[in-house]
Amino acid sequence: MGILDSIPHVNAVPSHRPWPRAVVTEAGWQAAIDRLVEGGLTLLGFWGEPTAVHMAMLDGGSAEIAVVTYACTAGTFPSVASRHPPALRLERTIHDLFGLVPAGADDLRPWLDHYVWGKSYPLSGRNASRDVQPYQFLPAEGEALHQVAVGPVHAGIIEPGHFRFTANGEHVVRLEQWLGYTHKGIESLMQGASLEAAAKLANRTSGDSAVAYAFAFARAAEAALDVEVPRRATYLRALMAELERLANHFGDIGAICNDASFALMHAQTGILRERTLRAADAAFGHRLMMDVVVPGGVARDIAPDGIPALRTLLAEIKKVFPRLIELYDNTASLQDRTVTTGIVKADYARQFGAGGYVGRASGRNFDARRTLAYAPYDQLSFEVPVLEAGDVNARVWIRIREVEQSVELIAQILDLMEPGEISSATPAGRGACEGLALTEAFRGDVLVWLRLDGELRVERCHLRDASWFQWPLLETAIEGNIIADFPLCNKSFNCSYSGADL
Amino acid sequence: MRKTLLESLTHGSLTEPAPAPDEAALAELAAKVDRAAQARLGRSLAIREVDAGSCNGCELEIHALSNAFYDIERFGLRFVASPRHADVLLVTGPVTKNMRQALERTYNATPDPKWVVAVGGCAIDGGIFRGSYACVGGVSETIPVDLHIAGCPPSPTDLLKGLLALLEHVSGKR
Repeated sequence: MGILDSIPHVNAVPSHRPWPRAVVTEAGWQAAIDRLVEGGLTLLGFWGEPTAVHMAMLDGGSAEIAVVTYACTAGTFPSVASRHPPALRLERTIHDLFGLVPAGADDLRPWLDHYVWGKSYPLSGRNASRDVQPYQFLPAEGEALHQVAVGPVHAGIIEPGHFRFTANGEHVVRLEQWLGYTHKGIESLMQGASLEAAAKLANRTSGDSAVAYAFAFARAAEAALDVEVPRRATYLRALMAELERLANHFGDIGAICNDASFALMHAQTGILRERTLRAADAAFGHRLMMDVVVPGGVARDIAPDGIPALRTLLAEIKKVFPRLIELYDNTASLQDRTVTTGIVKADYARQFGAGGYVGRASGRNFDARRTLAYAPYDQLSFEVPVLEAGDVNARVWIRIREVEQSVELIAQILDLMEPGEISSATPAGRGACEGLALTEAFRGDVLVWLRLDGELRVERCHLRDASWFQWPLLETAIEGNIIADFPLCNKSFNCSYSGADL
Repeated sequence: MRKTLLESLTHGSLTEPAPAPDEAALAELAAKVDRAAQARLGRSLAIREVDAGSCNGCELEIHALSNAFYDIERFGLRFVASPRHADVLLVTGPVTKNMRQALERTYNATPDPKWVVAVGGCAIDGGIFRGSYACVGGVSETIPVDLHIAGCPPSPTDLLKGLLALLEHVSGKR
């Protein structure tokens, strides 16, 4: 049974690929929310347009996806967040950008809008102004409680955001995040952009996931245009995606240990990360492999000395990494910091549809590469590690196991890849069309939805980072932990600020 | 652990020779850096990194400066946690409007003499985010900039060349 069978809808939009999109009335919208609340479906995305809102939902069992659209004829839509909390920040963002009002919402505080853009509701297409009010943090009351305000400028070399801790002595009673500092207006810059310019923006939505975003953007555009990508191009894309995953996981494993004052691991994984980026540079001409994945295929083939560079890298990782795993596993003082610290409850991981190591360390068995089996992962064999403990330690172990899987994947791809074309034409003149795609970035699934006009210009594009559904869980994970463990918990999530601020 | 530690001692160093200071950076600095300020500092600079809305790509490469290959601390350059301890602000991003005030406050909290280095294409003129309702544009539209390091993102070697040029100037070597 398809997702839309249980949701009353008016009509399905014909040019939406590869999954269906249907327009619903209030009854259908509420039925969709019912399914999210029961847990039968997982919220994948929630975004606006000047006069409509869309929700993408996943049936994890059947790996089906559907989008429902509610036309906001009166400038309002029934609130999703008041019944399904994972939608909250996305709902506040829709209000900030489009001025659409979620009817029945409990929380209408701005999220991305800090009242300094010089205009309100920037994507609404109308001139409206909004009452400026100082940001109100949620209250926490009690005799012994005090607040600690951190950010937006942090002590380390990291992205900006504000954390408001309410603490009782050393123990965190509540953490509330206030983000939006890196909001660049990416979705407004997308509007009217050529495919090429839009792909560049997608690459720079979250620089650490440049390949994953470019991959998702390209696949969404290819779905919309109904274009097949040559086999070799899909292998090259996966090669880059796995190199990106390796580089980030090495960086994270070291940085988590460093936040527990274990600098040796940081130094060692830093070497592996640098070697990975150098191999990526040798193979694809850019250390972060930006702008290589493009709609239709890849912009350039792997350099002739790229393949030996990658094989040398794999040999080095296989030699060094097992010893680092042993080092992590046998250092009791380090485990003392990571085991049972910052637990994400399995129920929350499931309810929020937490992707990546955050979800998989808390029992959520989802990886877009396997569940949705997009090319070329349908041709490759790999395992998806899942753990139940949900603590910092489990999130480290998921990364360790994923490093091993990525090494195997790269080796398989190098063996399987045959000479051939590396891109297909993206034909114009097919009229307006829409596409949706998910790819698995190192921190979780990235969703891209777009609508193209007949001249291959982007009419509307929404990019949803995995961090949207992970950041709120960090607020739950830190509760009852001491403030000094916050950097450790935060690093074990390593959520993107730029990716979620857009 | 002992084996890993011992090996690091007995194997050769991974750290690479220093690149030459960037000529373009030297030219840009020659016009700007105040000679009087040079005398006040030794051959050491404390750097405070400020992300003013970057995509985080520049941060990744700035981080890499501390790995064994580049080992930025051997030059007397080190990253500090507070602008109050800093001589240099290393600013990335197209300066989002949501970060403008924080950037100004960070600049004002940095004691004189101080230098500002704008890192990456966005920090020069807003880069691909230029013209957005949410971005101011280049860093120099918000605070005075002494040196620009181009690239999207600049590689660690590019960063090192620019910072070494700054160090040479500040220490009055040229």
